[in-house]
Amino acid sequence: MKKRKERIDRGIKARSGDIFTVCSWREMTYLAFPRLLPIVGCLLLPLILSGYWQKVLLSVAVFALLAISWDILAQSSMVSLGQALFFGMGAYVAGVFNHYFGWSPFVTIPLATVLGGAFCTLLLLPVLRLRGIYFAMVTLIIPLMLVRVIEASKIFGGTEGISGLSPLPSAWVEVYVAVAALLAALFGFRRMMDSDYGLVLKGINDNDRSVMNAGINIYWYKVQALFISSAIGAFAGALMTHVYMFVGMPVFALDYSILPIAAAVVGGPGTLAGATLGAFILVPLSELLRGIGGLRIVFYGLFLVIFIVALPEGLFHYIQRKYFQFERLVEVEK
Amino acid sequence: MNARPLLQVSQLRKAFGGVQAINQVSFDVSSGELLGIIGPNGSGKTTIVNLITGFVKPTSGEVIYKGTNITSWAPHRIVRLGVARTFQMVKPFYQLPAYKNMIIPLYSPRVKGLAGGKYGDRNAVALDLLEDVGFERDSFVAYKVASVLPQGYLKRLELAKAIALQPDLLILDELFSGLSLAEVASMVPIIEKLRQEGKTIIMIEHRLKELFRIADRILVLNYGTKIAEGAAEQVMENDAVKNAYLGTEA
Repeated sequence: MKKRKERIDRGIKARSGDIFTVCSWREMTYLAFPRLLPIVGCLLLPLILSGYWQKVLLSVAVFALLAISWDILAQSSMVSLGQALFFGMGAYVAGVFNHYFGWSPFVTIPLATVLGGAFCTLLLLPVLRLRGIYFAMVTLIIPLMLVRVIEASKIFGGTEGISGLSPLPSAWVEVYVAVAALLAALFGFRRMMDSDYGLVLKGINDNDRSVMNAGINIYWYKVQALFISSAIGAFAGALMTHVYMFVGMPVFALDYSILPIAAAVVGGPGTLAGATLGAFILVPLSELLRGIGGLRIVFYGLFLVIFIVALPEGLFHYIQRKYFQFERLVEVEK
Repeated sequence: MNARPLLQVSQLRKAFGGVQAINQVSFDVSSGELLGIIGPNGSGKTTIVNLITGFVKPTSGEVIYKGTNITSWAPHRIVRLGVARTFQMVKPFYQLPAYKNMIIPLYSPRVKGLAGGKYGDRNAVALDLLEDVGFERDSFVAYKVASVLPQGYLKRLELAKAIALQPDLLILDELFSGLSLAEVASMVPIIEKLRQEGKTIIMIEHRLKELFRIADRILVLNYGTKIAEGAAEQVMENDAVKNAYLGTEA
């Protein structure tokens, strides 16, 4: 007898979608657990981890922010290969204001978030009409171009960069600022993408002519999505500038473009939570593999390939499905 | 007497490279009228719609809507003035449920403007509009993802999305194509109801029998040129129209 797999929503999922959920602790826990886990986990981890792994956590948060930034752009029909542009722009703006004007990191980081986001949006404004691979190529090229501009014109310290920048008050502040920003971005922008505003952004990705036909200026919405995404990346860059107390050409490195995409793909694009989960797997993995020296990249690449082949939907979608649904085998009707 | 037509198209021309898709076409549409546009495949019917709604820019000529020259305006600006259209090849948001498809037009600045910034619960309005075009309220069809809906429902969804914009001029591009006779029969009363509500409609159609029943006037295109215009019976007696549809003896 031939059988097929059938997926059915768990009873508790159906019940907790209703108003009666407030009557039961079990259903409320079912709803709250996936939300509380990352919040409590992120807030407790710095207390548990040693100094080195605290730095790794900081790096995880930064790459998770970049992956969220990539995911928002991708959901709004702009597939980017250049998160390094956003990261580097934020890093340089923060570094320049701190070095030349002596402003505190608590001023330069918010300033770099807004100004960095605005600069990146202005830079990409002329290519906003490009789609797919053409937009991706431009975002890949611009950060590489900016590196050569800095090198050739010797501005902002040229190849040497700017060092001796003000640090944040302590390692605790560094890690908690990063973690708080990550949680705020994750929950805030997930809410935004689930709202009617987010629906318009997703609509542009699905069928841009149909959105135009609804009387909506898709380019204005794309500008807004681009600004939000680049501001997130710029924040990450500005924060790292003050952590390293240095800004230089490496901030435009390809790592900052590629790793966030890998994180989003491993975790599952389209949810922001998947991108975050991907960063929580890939960044520590990369650190763990340091021990094996030159073969590190080979193992890292192998892991990525196996993951993508085995779970093409992404880890988050898989976990979400298991949490909400169960599977059973049913006989195929003749 | 209505002095100025709602829509005036004059000397419109569009060339794609060496091909004259539309050649010096002029016509008017009065308020409350239903104009049918017919013609063989490739005669330029959809191009005319694209030119009026701004999806394609004309090579020359003018489109005047309510006295405003809207030639070459961006599509979203034209919609805001009250011109809505459907697409011949349906363009739903395939990943969204049918009722969520309706949220995007309901989020439009035009709808917000008409409602004075207050438009209530969009989900409820979406379900009402879908019921108006034939999505049965008691079924789950409005909650299904657009990618699994049959063509008949996708056409209805396309119409509902256009109606959601509360247009003054509604342009329906081959709404009946790909539908069964029964589906067409159930769609005709919806169009008639829209007319009773005072909407001005342009219908591009290949289903001539149904179109002639509801249209006030017919315009015939062939190879991008207007070859006839007038009442349905009058147009079908025209020799040029007969030749265009049936060909000439060698």
